[in-house]
Amino acid sequence: MLDQPQPPAGTQPLLQAIGITKLYGSFVANDHIDLDLYPAQIHALLGENGAGKSTLVKVAYGLIQPNAGELRWLGRKVVLAGPSQARALGIGMVFQHFSLFENLTVAENVALGLPAGETFAKVSAGIAEVSRRYGLPLEPRREVWRLSVGERQRIEIVRALMQNPKLLILDEPTSVLTPQEADQLFVVLESLKAEGRAILYISHKLDEVKRLCDTATILRAGKKVATCDPRRETAASLARMMVGSEIGEVKSAAGDKAAQPRLVVRDLSLTPDDPHGIRLDRISLEVRGAEIVGIAGVAGNGQDELFGALSGERLADSEAAIVIDGRSAGRLSITQRRRLGAAFVPEERLGHATAPRMTLADNALLTGHAVGMTHDGFIDRAAALKVVDAATKTFDIRTAARNPEAVSLSGGNLQKFVVGREILREPGVLVVSQPTWGVDAGAAAVIRQALIDLAARGAAVLVISQDLDELLEIADRIAVMFAGRLAAPIDSKMADREHIGLLMGGSSAQARELGHAVGA
Amino acid sequence: MRLVLEPRAERSVAAAIASPLIAVGLTLITMSILFAFLGKNPLNALSVYFLHPLTDSYSLQETAVKATPLVMIAIGLSLCYIANVWNIGAEGQFVIGAIAGSYIAVKTQGTDAGAWVLPAMLVLGALAGALYALIPALCRVRFGASEILVSLMLVYVADLLLDYLVRGPWRDPHGYNFPTTAEFDPVATVPILIEGSRLHIGAMIALVVVAIAWTVLGRTIKGFEIKVVGAAPKAARFAGFDADRLVLFTFAVSGGLAGLAGIIEVAGPVGHLQPGFSPGYGFTAIIVAFLGRLNPVGILIAGLFLALTFIGGEQAQISLKVPLDLTKVFQGILLFFVLACDSLILYRFRLITTRRATDGIA
Repeated sequence: MLDQPQPPAGTQPLLQAIGITKLYGSFVANDHIDLDLYPAQIHALLGENGAGKSTLVKVAYGLIQPNAGELRWLGRKVVLAGPSQARALGIGMVFQHFSLFENLTVAENVALGLPAGETFAKVSAGIAEVSRRYGLPLEPRREVWRLSVGERQRIEIVRALMQNPKLLILDEPTSVLTPQEADQLFVVLESLKAEGRAILYISHKLDEVKRLCDTATILRAGKKVATCDPRRETAASLARMMVGSEIGEVKSAAGDKAAQPRLVVRDLSLTPDDPHGIRLDRISLEVRGAEIVGIAGVAGNGQDELFGALSGERLADSEAAIVIDGRSAGRLSITQRRRLGAAFVPEERLGHATAPRMTLADNALLTGHAVGMTHDGFIDRAAALKVVDAATKTFDIRTAARNPEAVSLSGGNLQKFVVGREILREPGVLVVSQPTWGVDAGAAAVIRQALIDLAARGAAVLVISQDLDELLEIADRIAVMFAGRLAAPIDSKMADREHIGLLMGGSSAQARELGHAVGA
Repeated sequence: MRLVLEPRAERSVAAAIASPLIAVGLTLITMSILFAFLGKNPLNALSVYFLHPLTDSYSLQETAVKATPLVMIAIGLSLCYIANVWNIGAEGQFVIGAIAGSYIAVKTQGTDAGAWVLPAMLVLGALAGALYALIPALCRVRFGASEILVSLMLVYVADLLLDYLVRGPWRDPHGYNFPTTAEFDPVATVPILIEGSRLHIGAMIALVVVAIAWTVLGRTIKGFEIKVVGAAPKAARFAGFDADRLVLFTFAVSGGLAGLAGIIEVAGPVGHLQPGFSPGYGFTAIIVAFLGRLNPVGILIAGLFLALTFIGGEQAQISLKVPLDLTKVFQGILLFFVLACDSLILYRFRLITTRRATDGIA
């Protein structure tokens, strides 16, 4: 049995959750979960996507009501009818998806989260005070849309801290940060802990949890699996508890890396349609056959715009800016690019890669109509169904029916479908964005293996990902994107995390120095 | 105990079929209450509305005559609504089609123009309806104007143009100053299907339109495009479908069908151009489209049903002495219930007992 971490002597849990159960229809999101949070402790809530972490913290923050179970604050039973009651008790929360108004300033956004009646002068002074005390620099008068993701997170943290919470909940806070920004966050969290505050830290990143947290509660499929001391576990043992089984290793395959470039981007500059979008600035890149190139970077640095330009959802200004298999394609539509043998997998599974309320066969047709599946404008349903069957079989997609609606699939299964649908066409060029975002570890391994195998068969594969570990695992070369610019690719075997992290934070000069130092 | 609406995991097929039936049922109940307030026997009144028209062949044929424009317009509108664009101005396109087609009829009046007259009228009517519908579509695509408002306002423009023409340049010189054109020549009139009735070949055209729409929506990539653009615009863009072009396409098709229905109505049952020749077919067709679940076969059934309310309304006016406007009240209530009942497809009712709801919270 696992070592049960000992609660700090003589202290009473700040917040206790007892037997929390939450149902959505017939789906059990939380199944009798117990959780004890102590002051001056960083408590990790570990689990894969869909394990029930977000549901549990929403219950603790009063956002949703459990079907069964109770919460106790300092030993007294409490009912949280809403977040304002949770805040009144002393619970603060920083969400994974920020709730900020882009066109308002930092101070205005903070004021919106505070009780009415505070003057701006007071709020601004409060922001200055909190940001000085914890080393969270913020300019109160700047508009949010001008800020980086890391700065936006700082607003959320400052906003929560201004209410002086006894318990601070953070939902996947590092998923949008560079390694360096994450390090800064950890320093802040340590100082909050030293002040005696309790922190509930939600994550699926094992290294972080091992480094930072005193206690970890692991959830799997809505149930609590264990509570343990993460510092006394190995990453592998934590992963086993999280996933419930061993995960297959991804095998790299040796292809002919000296092949011809199949995807070439030359001096691609593009002004976004969306005023808050990122301008692409003279992007150049070559992906050869049998090669996987990764594009690393913090979200919102132009990756979406680059994907749109490569796929043809947004046309480039010149024909020659994008070349697919030797053919200039900058002004071609997405359908014409597919006919040249290119395939695309966008980041957003539901709503972009698929129409949620349509069947898988219809969703196979969504991209397949460009290269078959129709005769004289009439749909070949049998051909579309054949793709569904083949994808289901090849990529082990678990569905309740042969041809269900896309929305009914779990994230991992749907991702396997949208990747599989393209790979089955044997594209010469594949551009895929966040291939394993929010996907369980088993499905992620299947997808990464499929990308490697496709490249081994001679295709050029471009992977845009925020997950640096993923890129280091599968990519041959990695280029970092920052503020609409793309740095020169680095051989991933020579790449070190710190160097890439600096590039992701935009400090190319520092990164160069480090590169020289490493090279020397 | 409390009643909650709970989202369904999958769209319910049973509810999709039941929803319009429930809506009709609720409408009948509401109408009964309304009749009771007016001092009429509700059962008697409903049977005048819905059963009497079905008992004699004249009324049956009249039902088909009135269903013809409703079905043709509603089929076009359903394409727009599936694509999530909102043509509310079919009434205007209907009138413009009638005016444009009538131009040929008026200009060839009394000449020995041959059999080309009617086909030319139909083509011109459809073309004019399509072009008129393209105005709001272009305003939306180019300037981002609301197609709902622009198409609706153009209805009044069309009505006033009609008024001007029949009171001015196109007025029948022998018509005792009534605002109407002369009766169209036989070559400018839609042929009758059954001798002695008003049932004309427009009914056949409506059936053909239903069949084509059914094929396009169910079997072709164009139909798929319409559905994807409506259901998931970003996925449609990813599929390579151009949403702007589809706005123009669906508006042109629906305007064309409304225009065709307009000229068929004028060159058929009405026989001449006059103000108020439409009892609001273009607006009633919106109800037909939704009651028919935006499905071509459903629209055919819904079109016949709403045509019945026009006939029943006329009969009720005579035998029950209730105002004709009651028909519009009826149609409005029906649309309200149809839209409300649609929530049953994605949601279901659940009764939650007080005990369970607060269990573990309090």
